[in-house]
Amino acid sequence: MAKVVMTGNYAQSYASKLARAQVVAAYPITPQTSIVEKIADFVSSGEMETQFIKVESEHSAMQVCISAAALGARSYTATSSQGLLLMHELLFWAAGQRAPIIMGIINRAVAPPWSIWTDHTDSMAQRDTGWIQYYCESNQEVLDTVLQAYKVAEDPEIRLPVMVMEDAFYLSHTIEAVDVPPQGAVDAYIPLKRSPWVLDIEKPTRMGSFMGPDIYMEYRYIVAKAMQESRKVIVEADEDYGRRFGRSYGGLLPTYRCDDADVVLLTIGTASCTAKEVVDELRKEGKKVGLARMRVFRPFPEEEIARLASSVRAIGVVDRSWGFGYAGTMFTEVAGALYKSKSKPLMKDYITGIGGRDITPQVLRGIYLDLLKVREGDEEMEWWGLRRPEKEVKHNA
Amino acid sequence: MFEIRFHGRGGQGSVIASEILSKAVFLEGKDVQSFPFFGVERRGAPVQAYTRIDDKPIRVKANIYTPDCVVVLDPSLLKSQNVTAGLKEGGYLLINTEKKPEELTIDFKGNMATVDATAIALKLGLGSKSAPIVNTAILGALAKVTGLVKLDSITAAISESVPNKPEANAAAAKEAFEKVLIRRMAA
Repeated sequence: MAKVVMTGNYAQSYASKLARAQVVAAYPITPQTSIVEKIADFVSSGEMETQFIKVESEHSAMQVCISAAALGARSYTATSSQGLLLMHELLFWAAGQRAPIIMGIINRAVAPPWSIWTDHTDSMAQRDTGWIQYYCESNQEVLDTVLQAYKVAEDPEIRLPVMVMEDAFYLSHTIEAVDVPPQGAVDAYIPLKRSPWVLDIEKPTRMGSFMGPDIYMEYRYIVAKAMQESRKVIVEADEDYGRRFGRSYGGLLPTYRCDDADVVLLTIGTASCTAKEVVDELRKEGKKVGLARMRVFRPFPEEEIARLASSVRAIGVVDRSWGFGYAGTMFTEVAGALYKSKSKPLMKDYITGIGGRDITPQVLRGIYLDLLKVREGDEEMEWWGLRRPEKEVKHNA
Repeated sequence: MFEIRFHGRGGQGSVIASEILSKAVFLEGKDVQSFPFFGVERRGAPVQAYTRIDDKPIRVKANIYTPDCVVVLDPSLLKSQNVTAGLKEGGYLLINTEKKPEELTIDFKGNMATVDATAIALKLGLGSKSAPIVNTAILGALAKVTGLVKLDSITAAISESVPNKPEANAAAAKEAFEKVLIRRMAA
């Protein structure tokens, strides 16, 4: 196959087929459904040899993947929003059991109010589950990243599950040209290898056992260490992919026109793609702006952020999720990463795009112009583009 | 960049129209992006779909607010929807109707075109009598009106992606290409 036009969801389906996922289990939820429908098509037409297991909930879907991984099978699932929240308990299981599961997440706002549109609250709420998290900005990147994710997840030193995020509708249902790499090249990049740490009837063992205070902590430490070390593996997997397929994405925190920038905006997901257009426009007007994209949120790119901070006057963070009681989810993490840094740029958190509110070029332009004016002592957080002042919000009796 | 907005009703094939158009444009080597209105579609309810076309890679990932072209698949939508909202002056408005462009009273400074895609679809047996599928016919007309894409590319994209009656669908596009009536904006 070569370049074809497809949705971001189909990019996930094609990637799972190219990766020869041996077990797929998923429960339908808008806007994830078409990923699994396409995989079901592949399976029924015989194009994909996989055990497709129908389940009654997302919780069971994750359990199937964990069990498949325990037997050494390559597995794949996908979900969104409430479905991901229902899985939460088992996400810890997957990471703790070192199950290299790949999961497509179609970022969708969390209810209530009921919404099918995008924001990042669902996956940000899984921050501490031990999963590696990638956020994509194009359908091509979705396909490439799922393949890279298998490379990282199955690395013997890492063995952690990975989420590959795409924004609901902006990628999931949007058609773009996608280059589908040849099967042979994908097989060479991520060969199916049987892990030595699997359940085997010949060599009985247990997984997920009870552990007392004398040893539990060490097990958690090993997971923590694997996550730390995955930084290097993520960068290598991306570079290796680039050499083989001609596309790489710049590791954990790709930057755009940041070299001589006065201010940099840090974005995540599809807003990043739109922001590049705005950066070019503002550069033409002589404004020294740059862009950094949080491609990988876990492990967190703290060194990359510290490097970025050393040369800019201000960093703005566009948060498409909010941590109740404090601040935007990325903002707090970015601010934390700057704690050790010698240079401390001004910071401002722009909370926008919540529940699918469109992040247009005009919105991002407004944010950049605001960031260019930021001075010491200014308000550090703003819900950008709120339509009604608080006093006007009335509750229906 | 050229931006198109399709107005139709759920089940008429507006989203598929934008997909076929994407494939046709892609066959000509341009970059393309298509998406449905990010909503909950229901059969019969007004729906919208969008297509962006450019010679350079398309980076904007946001809704379309000021299209260069609007395509209306169901004339009854003219009563309930503001189909010209944001449509650029000098742009294109293509409507599936039996009326001629001169007979329509729409406040729009640009190129108006009409084609009876419903009659073409019925004649060629596309969809049912009560719900003819007009999306492939309208794309033929779009190719003629805008000159954006060749008819051959549209019919090639149809053959590639329409599972049911690809020949009749390609014939519908061809017939609409020939029959579409255009009232160009005075220079």
